[in-house]
Formats: sequence, structure tokens, C-alpha cells
Amino acid sequence: MAETVTLWVYRGDQHGGEEKPYEVPLMPGMVVLDAVHWIQAHLAPDLAVRWNCKAAHCGSCSAEVNGRPRLLCKTRLDEFVKEGVPVHVRPMKTFPIIKDLVTDVSWNYRVMRQIPPFQPREPAPFTLYQRDVDRVQEFRRCIECFLCQDVCHVLREHHEQEHYFGPRFMARLAELEMHPMDAGDRVGFIRETAGVGWCNITHCCAEVCPEAIEITNNAIIPLKERVADRYWDPIRGLFRRFQKTAP
Amino acid sequence: MVKAGPLRSCQGVGKGGVCVAQAAEPEARTVSKATAEPRWWVEPVATVVAFSLFVLYSAWDVLFHNTGQYHNYISPYFSPNVGAWLGVHAVPAVLVAWVPLFFRASCYYYRREYYRAFFWDPPACAIAERPRRYRGETRVPLVWNNLHRFFLYLAIIVVIFLWKDAVEAFIFPNGFGVGLGSLILLVNAILLTLYTFSCHAFRHLVGGGLDCFSCRGRPTARYRLWRRVSEWNRHHGLWAWVSMFWVWGTGVYVRLLIMGVIHDVRFF
Ligand code: SF4
Ligand code: SF4
Ligand code: FES
Repeated sequence: MAETVTLWVYRGDQHGGEEKPYEVPLMPGMVVLDAVHWIQAHLAPDLAVRWNCKAAHCGSCSAEVNGRPRLLCKTRLDEFVKEGVPVHVRPMKTFPIIKDLVTDVSWNYRVMRQIPPFQPREPAPFTLYQRDVDRVQEFRRCIECFLCQDVCHVLREHHEQEHYFGPRFMARLAELEMHPMDAGDRVGFIRETAGVGWCNITHCCAEVCPEAIEITNNAIIPLKERVADRYWDPIRGLFRRFQKTAP
Repeated sequence: MVKAGPLRSCQGVGKGGVCVAQAAEPEARTVSKATAEPRWWVEPVATVVAFSLFVLYSAWDVLFHNTGQYHNYISPYFSPNVGAWLGVHAVPAVLVAWVPLFFRASCYYYRREYYRAFFWDPPACAIAERPRRYRGETRVPLVWNNLHRFFLYLAIIVVIFLWKDAVEAFIFPNGFGVGLGSLILLVNAILLTLYTFSCHAFRHLVGGGLDCFSCRGRPTARYRLWRRVSEWNRHHGLWAWVSMFWVWGTGVYVRLLIMGVIHDVRFF
């Protein structure tokens, strides 16, 4: 008989639910999303899961496997089978559940719409040098899986959605702020509205990002430093004043 | 098995957005004990133990001694000797120890570590926290961490003196020589240099704050410096730990020499 693995999959909706066990035959190279599909095909046709590319590119299949926010299509089952631990699959905790593994992530899209967009210094096309956009391109790798939003304790545990935009949008703001051709000034916005001060740089966002974006080190901390330039550094303030008054 | 209840939902964003708990906050979809990484507590506990022991030893060394000097070796806790400049002879180390203390306390890496280990905010990723008020770094005193750069400036001055100490550790009454203490002090200066100059505020200062490195023509020296500091910065946490343990060890070594418990090994 083929080797099998038991998946405990969360079944429920906004009224409640529980984890249910499903036994799935193990295939070489199988990922959790394969197993969930097998369950859908053979055991529970009404099991809800969101996915598109199965290649870690669309960011749809975000969920939590054994307590860790991950892409279902990028999480291999053999790592659990090897350790002999049961596999638990749950929806992202930070977002309202729709059904089973599917959550409502629309809050993120509403946040995105609040961010002042790119404001080019001069009309395109313009020349950019690679060294000037390296930083920005790191953030462009984002696939909007929102796993970082899910793990961020400011949103997940303290429910401060009112005050803090979350790590994905710190990366987005950094991408705009550091863009060599952007003329916008978002430092006040980053402090007041996006709430960068709510982040306590504990790095969980960077730990779960499937695109390995260094969100904390390369986006949030540099933004905190820009805020400090403006609001906490009287020496820089003097410089700015001189620059303004200089002919 | 964990029963789940309804979840909070949020309408609107930012100021004026509302997050309403649809029913009583559910025990619900918190990760069940069985599914969370079972050894998540090891890191915070180890951090608490290491930091506490370091702080206790440092406090003892700084508060209960009037000198850290053993011939040409000077303990990093007592350098620079601000006490001598000011003519203060009782617990002179207090006059300088606050600089590295505040530099480390406001360091972005140490902040990560103590928020996790001491505040349990969060103790580890995706681990449930105690429900309580959280303000991040938006309120006094934690908002003062924004002053990190000023402690960096002071810490750079201290590092210059540590290099002076390292050089003097090779100059014995009979001329140039190498003792175990000389090497320990040299490594101490190197590690503290790496830690200090891999600082996030320094990375920002040298070039991170610019939006364009080549808009005025060729890439500037600041670009090259920023690249270099960014490289060091990737290991900032490592330098933070190693340099902390090394300062500690150096302090202990010089203290034991002064107390006559051990003798310095002279290589030549
Ligand atoms: S580093 Fe900041 S944004 Fe990232 S998970 Fe931690 S608190 Fe959230
Ligand atoms: S930053 Fe990383 S974790 Fe966050 S949404 Fe983008 S890809 Fe996902
Ligand atoms: S299905 Fe597209 S990222 Fe997983």
C-alpha cells in the first residue's frame, strides 16, 4: 500500500469550525496544495482553497501550515513526514475567514489605495541606472501573498489595522520613497497615517516572506530613519533650513 | 481539536477605519498548542539569560570598582577614562558606560531581541501574545529609540579610544610586546568597530537616505560606502552578540589580572 499522510484541515466559516483529518496518499515531491487538491477530488468536494499558479508567483494560496504562515504550493509534505509530525492546515489568522482555507484579504487592497502613487519628476521615458533601482527592485518582487501581514503581531495579535498599514505596505512605501525619479514626499504620511512607529522591528515579516524580501532591514528601518531625520534630528533640521534659505 | 469562532473584520483603513469583533474575541483561530513550533521559547529564554548575566556582570564591574587599569591593559568598561579628565575617582566607569549602554539599548538589532525576549511582543513569530495594550514605538519612552543616531556618534568616539587602548596594549615598559591581553584587546576593538559601523543609522547616514546615487553624474563615494556598510549590516546581529560577549570576556580578563587571580601570558 502506498504511504499516506494525515492532514488536519480547518473546515468552517465565520460562524465557527474545526480541524478535520484527511488521509492522503503520498506522492514524491508533493506539496500541501497537492494534498488539498487530492482531498477536494476524492474526499471533500466542498473544501474551499484559493490558488492560481501553483508556482509561488500569484500569492493566492497563503495559509498556515503547522502554525507558520506559508504558501501551500511551496510547502513540501516530505519535510513533515520526515520529522514524523502531523500536518495542520489552517486559514490565515489575521484576516476574516470566508470558508475553510479562504480568507477575505480585501482590507489590504483598501490600504493600497490610500498610498500616494508614484509622482514622476519629469515625464517618462527617463533613464534609470541599475545601481539606483536595485533597492526598489527588491520590493517589486512582492507577490502580494500577505503572509507578512498575517504574521505581523501588530495586526495579528493587537488588531491595530486602524493605526498600522503592515509590512507589505511599508515595502510599498519604501519602494516609492526610494525611487530616484519620484518627486513625492511621503515621510509625514509614513509616520502619521501608515504608522511606521507601530512596528517594533521584530522581523517576523521578513522571516515568512516567500520572496525573501528583507522587509524589516531594507524597508522599515530605512523608513524609520527617514522619519527620524525629519522629526528627531535637530541638526538635520538646521541643515534643511540653511538649504532652503540659501540663494 | 480547536473550536473556532467568528473573527474580527475591518472596514476602512487608517484613521477612521473600524475593526469590529463580530462576536466575543474568539479563542478560535489562535494556533493550537499542537501545531505551533514546540521549541519557540528557546530563543527568548536564552536571550533573557544572556542579556541578564551580561548586565549584572557589567553593573558589578562598573559600580563596584574604581579602576579598570592593569599596567598597559585597560578594561573596555573603563575606557575612555573620563573620570581622570574630570578628576572624579569614585566609580569613574559610570561616566562612560552609559554611552555603550544607550547605544545598544536603542540599536535596531537589540530592540528586536528585547521586544521578543523581555516584552514578549511577540515571543516568537505567529505565537499568541497576552492580550494587552500595545503601542509599538509610538510613545515615550520607546519612541526615544529614534535618537539612536546620536548614541552612534558618541559610540564612534568610544571606538576611537578602544583602538588607542588596543595599540597601548602592545607597548610594555620594555617596549613592544605581545601578551594574551594585547590580543584580546585588539580583537575587542575590531569587533566593536564591526558592530558600530554596521549600524542601521550609519547605513542611513552614509547613503541610505539618498534616493539617487548617480543623478549628479557618476556614482558617488557615498554609493560605494553605502554598499560596503550594507554588506556589514547584514551581519549586524552577529556582531552585536559576538562583540557583547567579547567585551564581557575582556572585562573579566582585566578584572582577574587586577585581582591577581590569573597572570597574563606573554608571547614575546
Ligand atoms: S518587523 Fe514590524 S512589520 Fe514586520 S512583523 Fe514585526 S512588527 Fe510587523
Ligand atoms: S512582502 Fe513578501 S510576504 Fe509580504 S506580501 Fe509581499 S511577497 Fe508576500
Ligand atoms: S498558487 Fe500561486 S503562489 Fe501558490
